[in-house]
Amino acid sequence: MQRSTQNTTETTAAADLTELDAVNDAFEVAGRSFGSRLILGTGGATSLSTLEQALALSGTELTTVSIRHYSAGGSASVYELLQRHGIAALPNTAGCFTARDAILTAHLAREALETNWVKLEVIADEHTLLPDPLELFAAAEQLVADGFEVFAYTNDDPALAARLQDAGVAAVMPAGAPIGSGLGILNPHNIATIVSRATVPVILDAGVGTASDAAKAMELGCDAVLLASAVTRAHNAPLMAAAMRDAVRAGRAARLAGRIPVRDTALASSPGEGMMQALIGDFS
Amino acid sequence: MPSLHVAIIGAGIIGLSTAFELRSRGCEVTVIDPDPGQGASRAAAGMLAPAAETTWGHGILHELLGASNQAYPDFVQRIEQATGRRPDYLQNATLVVAAEPADRDALHELVQLQTSLGFSAQTLLPSAARRLEPALASNIAGAVRCAGDHQIDPRSVVAILAGHLDAQLVREPAVELLQRAGTTHAVRTGSGRIIEADQVVLAAGLGTVAGTPELPLRPVYGDIFRLQGPAGPRLLTHTVRGIVRRDPVYLVPRADGSLVLGASSREDGNEAVNIGQMHKLLDNARRLVPGIVDCSLNEVIARARPGTPDDRPLIGRLDDGMVLSTGYSRHGVLLTPFGSSLTADLVLSQPPHAEHARAVDPARFSGGSAPDPAGLSRAEPSRTDPSRLAPTRMELHP
Repeated sequence: MQRSTQNTTETTAAADLTELDAVNDAFEVAGRSFGSRLILGTGGATSLSTLEQALALSGTELTTVSIRHYSAGGSASVYELLQRHGIAALPNTAGCFTARDAILTAHLAREALETNWVKLEVIADEHTLLPDPLELFAAAEQLVADGFEVFAYTNDDPALAARLQDAGVAAVMPAGAPIGSGLGILNPHNIATIVSRATVPVILDAGVGTASDAAKAMELGCDAVLLASAVTRAHNAPLMAAAMRDAVRAGRAARLAGRIPVRDTALASSPGEGMMQALIGDFS
Repeated sequence: MPSLHVAIIGAGIIGLSTAFELRSRGCEVTVIDPDPGQGASRAAAGMLAPAAETTWGHGILHELLGASNQAYPDFVQRIEQATGRRPDYLQNATLVVAAEPADRDALHELVQLQTSLGFSAQTLLPSAARRLEPALASNIAGAVRCAGDHQIDPRSVVAILAGHLDAQLVREPAVELLQRAGTTHAVRTGSGRIIEADQVVLAAGLGTVAGTPELPLRPVYGDIFRLQGPAGPRLLTHTVRGIVRRDPVYLVPRADGSLVLGASSREDGNEAVNIGQMHKLLDNARRLVPGIVDCSLNEVIARARPGTPDDRPLIGRLDDGMVLSTGYSRHGVLLTPFGSSLTADLVLSQPPHAEHARAVDPARFSGGSAPDPAGLSRAEPSRTDPSRLAPTRMELHP
């Protein structure tokens, strides 16, 4: 798979981008193209109405729903809400602790929602909610063989991310921090390493607490950000959704724009040296 | 002048209280339900906790909850006067307890909102909370006392009102609404009986009847335990609500020493009791009140709450012969005085509290756009346009 956002080529290619190009560049994943790089989750909203306003303001075009927590039927369900707003549903296997349960849940989702996309979560334990690497890999391998487009929620481990993409997943989704913790990106170096070696899109998933975390993920080179609690459990969920929308756009544009190197010492922003030489030249 | 005859479909706490209210205002009533009180009212714990129920982003709902809570003493007294029996209504306070520091922070942030809404909410040190309730765990992180948050046993209300209205109860399913020139005038029951009425009230929770429009309702299931407290002194005297690693749990101690432990909130479409939810509720309850392990199990059931997109009920006139009263979400018991009184106002064309009526008007969902968060953008209470809502053919209690 051709990757358009490799570290080195990215900034070179971006040199000629206008602001409009940078904001409008599409997010390509599993053969589909999205205008928004923000993927939302639905868990934790205080009401469906609040969730609806948040989704609308976020500009998201892809939203993940727990197939174990929301049955696919019903006219006033979360799925109907997504459909009404033209938002694609990405079913997830939240709440699964074994590869067996996750595989079964993915198949149920495919049947109920008629999509072969699945966000694969296989959780190690209730306390950390971190992915179980062994169960995750086993489930990913099987689901790829079963014809799924697997979005693999993984630890921020570059080795595991590489193994998953070799196994044929559609996207790797490293955790910034444990689900719901709001701790942000605990190991930016690992996220950057995963990005630098990626052959499939990298979606930062879990840990985002506030807008700057989402911007940071995009600055590190992630292709998209997935978050739920940071919006749904904010005091004003729709306002936080708008903040996330802007943060993801800002982070993406900053990534494409090419940031300045970090230095240990100051360098004046005005071109002082050049000016002095010009002045000296005039007087000599 | 002959009195107005009102047929009420649904004998849960809302339908029965509405029938009671209409009767006390001079109407003749018929209540239609194959199995009175066996829906969501059967499961509900009956917390009357507008302060503890406060969440961000719910706007005017909190005002409705607060108003209904204030109406409760009078509601209970009128039932007692009319029937000679008093519902199990306890004006004990509620303690909201946080398990971990992050839970406490979330709880304390809510206190500002609760206070700004006019509710009583007082932060307590864990030690102070444990002096009030010595059964609380030694490692709780924080607590808030809501003095105005009380409780009622909904089963006692249902039993008293169903007994009181026994002669008016038709124990059959309502299968179809009969309309003439767009106006509902009768209900057909499962046995084919036609019940003519001047007005029909649809208070069937999630149940719908042929001839009614499709409503923005979804089942939100709750699993709930009823426990027998250990022998000896009461385990708890306050209603204890908790947040344990962000999950809600509550323990409601009844006057007879029993306790209600609930409740989950799931939208998985499964009517049966869910083992995982039970496990989590027990685990979280034990985290806050370790002595819970000495209780014995009386009952565990699951029922569906009739959920709406904004968690506010759907109360409003659907046609000249019909008023809707459903969609009370997780607040059915607390909103019973409010809902039954407003529904009676609408049935009798008496002017309701205009702002409250707008907030619950079913027409707020028939516009096709995202609903207004505060529910205040509509100038006038309006009728649901049935042409915008597709008819369904579902039976009540299929």
